[in-house]
Amino acid sequence: MAVVQPSSPATPYRITGSFVLAARQFPRHRAAMVGLVLLVLICLAAALAPWIAPYDPVQIKLSAKLKPPSFEHLLGTDHFGRDVFSRLIYGGRTSLSVGVLVVVFAFVLGVPLGLASGYFGGRIDNLLMRLVDAFLTFPPLLLAVALVGLLGPDIQNVMLALGLVQAPVLARIVRGSTLAVREDVYVTAARALGAGPARIVLSHILRNVMSPIVVQLTIVFSAAVVAEASLSFLGFGTQPPQPSWGRDMSEARRFLGDAPWMFMAPTGIIMLCVLSINFLGDGLRDALDPRAWRTRRQLSKGEG
Amino acid sequence: MPLLSVRNLQTRFATDRGIVRAVNGVSFDLEEGEVLGLVGESGSGKSVTALSIMRLVPEPPGKVTADSLTLEGTDLLRLSEADAREIRGSRMAMIFQDPMRSLNPVLTIGRQLTEVLRRHQKLSGTAARRRAIELLETVGIPMAEKRLAAYPHQFSGGMRQRVMIAIALSCNPRLLIADEATTALDVTIQAQIIDLVKRLQRERGTSVIWISHDLGVVAGLCDRVNVMYAGNVVETAPIRELFHRPSHGYTLGLMGSTPRVDGSGTARLTPIEGMPPNLIDPIPLCPFLPRCRVSVPACQARPPERREFGVGHWASCLADLAK
Repeated sequence: MAVVQPSSPATPYRITGSFVLAARQFPRHRAAMVGLVLLVLICLAAALAPWIAPYDPVQIKLSAKLKPPSFEHLLGTDHFGRDVFSRLIYGGRTSLSVGVLVVVFAFVLGVPLGLASGYFGGRIDNLLMRLVDAFLTFPPLLLAVALVGLLGPDIQNVMLALGLVQAPVLARIVRGSTLAVREDVYVTAARALGAGPARIVLSHILRNVMSPIVVQLTIVFSAAVVAEASLSFLGFGTQPPQPSWGRDMSEARRFLGDAPWMFMAPTGIIMLCVLSINFLGDGLRDALDPRAWRTRRQLSKGEG
Repeated sequence: MPLLSVRNLQTRFATDRGIVRAVNGVSFDLEEGEVLGLVGESGSGKSVTALSIMRLVPEPPGKVTADSLTLEGTDLLRLSEADAREIRGSRMAMIFQDPMRSLNPVLTIGRQLTEVLRRHQKLSGTAARRRAIELLETVGIPMAEKRLAAYPHQFSGGMRQRVMIAIALSCNPRLLIADEATTALDVTIQAQIIDLVKRLQRERGTSVIWISHDLGVVAGLCDRVNVMYAGNVVETAPIRELFHRPSHGYTLGLMGSTPRVDGSGTARLTPIEGMPPNLIDPIPLCPFLPRCRVSVPACQARPPERREFGVGHWASCLADLAK
C-alpha cells in the first residue's frame, strides 16, 4: 500500500521502456518508413484481395489473352486471358505468407541453435555445428525439394522446408556474433552479479546480436519468395491455376517477347517487397541499437 | 573470524603448451571493513585471484583448488554453480577495469540496475526503480531519475564507473572486489572514484579488495597490501609499514619504478629489468631472483621462506633489506 503524496504523480518512478524508445526512434529513418508503408499497403491489398481485385484471378477468357495493359486490364492479361493485376493481388497471399512464415521458422529454429552453440561452446557447439554443416552441404533448393518430396507437395510443407533450409545459415551467423559478444566484459560483469546462462543469453547476448539477425532475416524473406517460385515451377508448392508471384514470373518467361508485362508485374512486386523489407530491416537494426541513435539525431540536425 | 579467508589458493589453466600456474599458493585473510590492496605487474595473478574468489574462472580450462576458501564461513569452492550465483552480486560483487565495456551497450542503466535488485532482493518494479534512483544518487549521479532511462554511451567514463559501483553495491555485498577499477580513467576522475569508494566503504563497512598496479592509488586507499609476483603473495604488510620498510626485492623494485611527487626532482626512475618468469615451468628458487638487484648468495641455494619483519608484515625474501 503506497501512500501517494498529493504533490507527486502516482507513478513517479516510471522509466520509459527501451522498446518505447526504440519505437520512437524508428520513424526518424526515412527509408525504413517508406518500406513500412509500402509493405503495409502490399499486405493490405493481399488481405483484402476479394474486395480489391477487379477480376477473378483464375477465370480463363481466351478471347482476351496476352492483352497489353489498358484501362480495362491495368497490367494486361496473360496467355489464358486472366487479369495480371488481379493475379498479382491474389498471388500476394501465397508469396507473402511464404516469406513471413519462412522467416519465422528460420528464426525459431536458427536463433536458439546459434545462441546455444556460441554461448556454451565445447561439445555442444561441435555437435550442433556439425549438424548445421551437414545441412549446408546440400544445395539449398535440392534439400527443399527433398524435404517437400518427403512431406508431400503442400504449401505448408514448402514453408517448413524453406525454413529448415534457411535456419542453418542463420544459426551460423548467430553463433559467430554470440562468440564475439560472449567475450565482452559486460557478460563477465553480469555473471559477477549472479546472472545465470538463461538471463545472460536472453537479456544480454540476444539484444546485442539482433543486428545481424535482422539483416539476415530480410535476406531470408527475399530468398523464400523466390524459392517458392522455383519449387512451384518444379511442381511442388502452389499448383496451377492458383496465383503466386514466383509461379507467374516463371510462367511468364515463355512470353517475354510477346507480353513483357506478364513478366514485369510479378518481378516488379517481388523487387518492391524485397527492397521494402531491406529498408525496414535497416531501420529496425538502427532502432534496436541505442548507439546508433545519437548519430541519427546529429545527422538530422546537420551536425555529424 | 575474518570475512574472507584464503588458504593455499591455486588456479591453473590447461593450455597446449602445458599447465599455467596463474595463482600458486596464495593465502591471506580479509577482515570486516578492511581495504586490502593487491599489487603487482601484469600477469602476476591479481585478477585470476579475484576471479577465483568470485568463482568466475571458467572450468575447464581452469582449475581452482585451495586448502580453504571461505566467505563468512561459506566454503566457496564447495558451492554448486547455482548457489554461487546466489552469492555473486549479493554477498560479493566485482567491478572491472574498463567502464566503457562493462555495461551492456543496448540496455538502459535503469534496466541493468534493477535487474540485479530484482534478481537478489526480489524487489518489484516500482520498489526496484526507487532503490535504483537512491543508489545513483549515492554514487553522485545528478538527475538520477532521468538518467535511469539513459544508455551507457550517454555517460562519460567516470560516470559509467560510478554506475558500475552503484550496481555492484546495490545488494549491500560484504565483499567488493575492484579489478583495476580506476586504471582506465584520467587522474582527476580516478581521485573522485577513489574518494567515492572510500566514503561508501566507510559508511557501509564493506570489505574491499582493491587490485591495482599503481602503488600511489593503493597508498591512498588501502589498510594493508599484498604484493603479488608470479602467482604468489611475496610480501604483505600494513600500508605504512610497506612504504617505510619494503622487505622484498620486488616491492623495492616496484617503488623504485614509481614516480614520486615529493621526491627530489632529479631522481631517475629505476625500471625492473627483464621479464616475469614463465608460469608453465616449475620455479624452484625465488621467482624474482633473475631480476632482483638485492639478492644474497643464499638466494641461489634455497627457496625463500616467509619471514616476519614486523607486526602483520611478512615477506618471502632472504635479503635483509631493512639493514
